[in-house]
Amino acid sequence: MDIDTMDVEQIRKDVDEICKPWEGRPGNLIMILHEIQNRYSYVPRRISFEVAKHLSIPLARIYEVITFYNYFKLTPPGKHIVSVCMGTACYLKGAPTLVEAMGNHLGIKPGETTPDKNFYLQVVRCLGCCGLAPVITVGQKVYSGVKPEQVPAILAEYK
Amino acid sequence: MNKEELKKIKEETLARKKKTWIRVGMATCGIAAGAQDTYFALREELKKHKLTVDIRKCGCVGKCSAEPLVEVAMEGMPTVFYHHLTKDKVPQLVETHFLKKTVWHNQTISLQDPHQLRIVLRNCGIVDPDNIKDYIALGGYAALARVLEMKPEDVIDQVKKSGLRGRGGAGFPTGLKWELTRKVPADQKYIICNGDEGDPGAYMDRGVLEGDPHAVIEGMMIAGYAIGANKGFFYIRAEYPLAVERIEKAIKQCLSNKLLGQNIMGSSFSFDIEVRLGAGAFVCGEETALIASIEGKRGYPHPRPPYPAVKGLWDKPTCINNVETLANLPPILTNGAAWFAGIGHEKSKGTKVFAVTGKVKQSGLVEVPMGTTIRDIVFNIAGGAANNKKVKAVQTGGPSGGVIPEQFFDTPVSYENLQNLGSIMGSGGMIVMDEDDSMVDITKFYLGFCVDESCGKCAPCRIGGTQMLRILNRITAGEGTLADLDKLRSISQAMQKASLCGLGQTAPNPVVSTLRYFEHEYRALIKEPAPKQ
Repeated sequence: MDIDTMDVEQIRKDVDEICKPWEGRPGNLIMILHEIQNRYSYVPRRISFEVAKHLSIPLARIYEVITFYNYFKLTPPGKHIVSVCMGTACYLKGAPTLVEAMGNHLGIKPGETTPDKNFYLQVVRCLGCCGLAPVITVGQKVYSGVKPEQVPAILAEYK
Repeated sequence: MNKEELKKIKEETLARKKKTWIRVGMATCGIAAGAQDTYFALREELKKHKLTVDIRKCGCVGKCSAEPLVEVAMEGMPTVFYHHLTKDKVPQLVETHFLKKTVWHNQTISLQDPHQLRIVLRNCGIVDPDNIKDYIALGGYAALARVLEMKPEDVIDQVKKSGLRGRGGAGFPTGLKWELTRKVPADQKYIICNGDEGDPGAYMDRGVLEGDPHAVIEGMMIAGYAIGANKGFFYIRAEYPLAVERIEKAIKQCLSNKLLGQNIMGSSFSFDIEVRLGAGAFVCGEETALIASIEGKRGYPHPRPPYPAVKGLWDKPTCINNVETLANLPPILTNGAAWFAGIGHEKSKGTKVFAVTGKVKQSGLVEVPMGTTIRDIVFNIAGGAANNKKVKAVQTGGPSGGVIPEQFFDTPVSYENLQNLGSIMGSGGMIVMDEDDSMVDITKFYLGFCVDESCGKCAPCRIGGTQMLRILNRITAGEGTLADLDKLRSISQAMQKASLCGLGQTAPNPVVSTLRYFEHEYRALIKEPAPKQ
């Protein structure tokens, strides 16, 4: 779904739908942004414009929140989101070498998407699976005790 | 729902309990190790042999390194745990245990541990987190029923007498916090459960939220009743989708069973709960920043006073309790303050859950009475270092904490003792480091974390952290000088004294503590010749 070419009526319809359960509930902005990111995998600018109108708040109010929190993305990530956990346990057990192996294999740095838009690589804070460190996730799937040499085989599952 | 109905559900659920059943640990850690596949493979395999066995899911038992864990009970046989039970082992398990009716000895693991005492984790790994009746059958919501017949002041009094202190890190007495909130006159008050477990390397709260969500909800309702709040918020990290899902489901079950809403159990107490998600900001674990985040704003901390107890969420009196603190409440109100106060060490009562991870043989969640020594936790419970290495130190308290070298491992764990050693209790992360780990490197890791997570509002934290990180980078690159060590100490002091919130005040702790015990590791990286005596 390409938001840039999406019909403005459709955008309004989406925004109405997303905001509806949160209408009139104080402090709803962050929850609405979560809904948006769940649906589009990032927070598109055109959607933010409509949300600002819908909630009668300045656009800057939305952007100050998006840019403060690590979780929200302003650009579309690739199809598969690869997250390398950088919690302390994973760090001690070799997570930095995994980031390097991922980066080398995909030819991108954390925070970037591959040119074919298939993979997005990110380093995340603790995923809470410290007992299985080091941990990576591809989409919803968790891989535990990962070694750098396993990286190509794991990524090959998502080609 | 009233007391009689609660009792009826309990009896009915217990009566329906079969003698043959299987439990599969399905918290995030279990699922990551393949528990979901094991669960479905078990269903298939049992169906194939036309066996009807109750298969249920449960939360984390705590032995994460042995996942997937499956507990099997069968009439006439001992109840056993099978470890590392991946789906390929399912056919042999069914064949051995259910058809031949013998225990598959090579695959069993004993989870009995005399060092541990499970109060917070009492139901984790036992109760089905998606089933309120299962929780009620284990005595759930009976503490709430009792509390609703007491005066709120008496509830507070009980909690004060129990000696329970906040499990989020700082260790403020819970009963006192409640009393302060209760005393402020207001038309509306709030209770918040802080589930923004941001400390990297710690997952106690995730374990409880996923394994026993109703216990936390019951705890929150007790707290709400005591302080006079009729609305509660769960603030949970967005990185914990399963915890969010289970809490949301549990709330729905409470609503449909009339355990939430108007006039709960026929009392005058009305209460409802909302879930709000964090969005990846460590600073939001700080009370005032957390409140700003629930209000839908940037997670900026505010100077205190006014404390949230006076002016919190939407300027109303607000009490913020950690997940583990709330999960402690139902047993305290059931068994009495004296029972809880009888467990523990000096001014630290009850138990503490630790996530023991890093270079140990058996990492996982452990719950021990306060006063247990670090040595017991690291060696007798977690099995010591893996690969025959020597344990060098543990790190507690995450980015706000410090390291404790091996020579102090006989110290009984308490808020005060850990603080005297230059660390903190923190939320319960305990990272074990072996002889291969560089203390300067780990310090750089933590400081880098705090620099990334500094919200930028106050200068000591924003600038101090960055400058210290530059010095550490210089030292690890072999370009450091001995004067850098003094500089680190003085910047640390400035940050501790002048930062606005807990993040900045504690961010230098890893530096201060590693300099205290492992200065030689810093010096080894500094090539400058020592000054002539």
